[in-house]
Amino acid sequence: MMMVLPPSRVKYFAGVALVATALLVLPFALSAAGTAWVRITNLAILFVFLSLGLNIVVGYAGLLDLGYVAFYAVGAYVYALLASPHFGMHLPFWVILPIGATLAGFFGVLLGAPTLKLRGDYLAIVTLGFGEIVRIFLNNLSQPINITNGPQGLAQIDPVRIGGMSLGQNGTLFGLNFSGPMKYYYLLLLLLLLVIVVNLRLQNSRIGRAWEAIREDEMAARAIGINTTRLKLLAFAMGASFGGVAGGMFSAIQGFISPESFVLTESVMILSMVVLGGMGNIWGVIAGAVLLSFVPEMLRYTVVPMQMALFKRLLIEPEVIRMLLFGLALVLMMRFRPAGLWPLRARQREFDKAVGE
Amino acid sequence: MSTALLEANGVCKRFGGVRALHKVSLTIHQGEIYGLIGPNGAGKTTLFNVLTGLYGASSGGFNFAGAPLDIGAPHLVAKAGIARTFQNIRLFANMTALENVMVGRHLRTHAGVIGAVLFNAATRAEEHAIQRRAVELLHYVGIADRANDLARNLSYGDQRRLEIARALATDPKLLALDEPAAGMNATETAALRTLVRGLRADGLTILLIEHDVKLVMGLCDRIAVLDYGEMIAEDVPEKVQRNPKVIEAYLGT
Repeated sequence: MMMVLPPSRVKYFAGVALVATALLVLPFALSAAGTAWVRITNLAILFVFLSLGLNIVVGYAGLLDLGYVAFYAVGAYVYALLASPHFGMHLPFWVILPIGATLAGFFGVLLGAPTLKLRGDYLAIVTLGFGEIVRIFLNNLSQPINITNGPQGLAQIDPVRIGGMSLGQNGTLFGLNFSGPMKYYYLLLLLLLLVIVVNLRLQNSRIGRAWEAIREDEMAARAIGINTTRLKLLAFAMGASFGGVAGGMFSAIQGFISPESFVLTESVMILSMVVLGGMGNIWGVIAGAVLLSFVPEMLRYTVVPMQMALFKRLLIEPEVIRMLLFGLALVLMMRFRPAGLWPLRARQREFDKAVGE
Repeated sequence: MSTALLEANGVCKRFGGVRALHKVSLTIHQGEIYGLIGPNGAGKTTLFNVLTGLYGASSGGFNFAGAPLDIGAPHLVAKAGIARTFQNIRLFANMTALENVMVGRHLRTHAGVIGAVLFNAATRAEEHAIQRRAVELLHYVGIADRANDLARNLSYGDQRRLEIARALATDPKLLALDEPAAGMNATETAALRTLVRGLRADGLTILLIEHDVKLVMGLCDRIAVLDYGEMIAEDVPEKVQRNPKVIEAYLGT
């Protein structure tokens, strides 16, 4: 039987197919420019995870969280401790990721519970402190029992293995040559699809609406029967668990982690991605994360050659230019698009024909 | 004689040294439109806030539908069947009118995170029912044509109506309206009167705080008068109007 689709659906499916193909071919194109670019893309996807997780807390429920990187750290250390020579444990990744997500979610509740009555600036300060506490613990939990190995960090973390194939090494599959980062890319792409679906469905659900209601007016939300205590903790836990998954993957990809990767700047960076993209809108947040992950890397590769060509010497370090542009971008954003590049628009709901007239 | 739906038993509320409510006892009957009036600062809204669990009572309590009412948290009060609106409208400004009402169904629906993520048949059916009920309620209060507009873009009168629709979405037995006619013009007030009468005709009991004396006298079956946190009268409108204590409270001596 032939299915005749309306033109708008055809366009939609064609668009999806196009994006899917582009995403599948992307690592081959990037490899041509250098495997480093595939690695950068993988990190960008991890930042998309983190931004989407933080978006649940900040964008949906409206709770400003400046210590989000703590959950990333929890996920990363759970993976590292359960799959490295440090404790001699080598659990498979599909066992560790849920453990990491759960533990991060638990830490989310741990942060959420005492801060339920706080909002805005006050909440931001407490969460900032929480992030620092976690990092300092990781730095010092090498004594009296060596758990985290302190500032030296944990090394030789197992790569992800699927079947007999390690994602850390090059290999051939279906006659095509896949580098390690390329394999990770496809795994991350799969996880990303999952994360996006979970986010979209949460947003358009009873839970998502209740979060939005809390963000808009907490007192009114309570008065119509929303248990704000439970829902805020749920938002913290859900957001944190995304961070936990991202942390686990980070550990596996890098093979080495130390507390230095989980500093306040990272939290600020993730928050910037959410705000720059457009709080509350999944696609905006993704765009923000991709943009803020790639632009600095592009600068790194273009600033030096450009200055050499123009002035025959290096006048300004790439790092300086990065912060300069970042600051400028934020100022311009706040001036011209305060709701983000791609802000949340009112969603048009399709009326049921039976009751809609 | 109709049965009592809500009874307040010696409700006191102190803010530090200020006695906002002192031994307020009143009875609201099933199916009644009950007015609560009094000069500014008499404690009307405080009584609302104590009743709906936003403030704890210093002493005293409520019976609702034949059982003691747990006023420990607002969502418990809403669950028991008391819904309210606010004096200064409190809508979810950046959500659409329809979504505002859909949030009101939260209390009577069940889908959790897992249901939302799996989006299984039960969740889809529930979402459908939530949306259908929300559209019905928008029709009921007469703003269905604004369903997809953000709440903040609605006119003042429509916002009041939307707040009532959102409260109705929680399936209340008692609807508590805090100055619903404040800032309304004559046409809007007349429409509000029709709406409130219709609600009562559909089986709801209504508790109304209002400054518009004409509206209160014409609409309410019985009226309680608060002054400096104490109840000085509770009677039918004609008698309340002639009560010397009430006249004194409003006009001074």
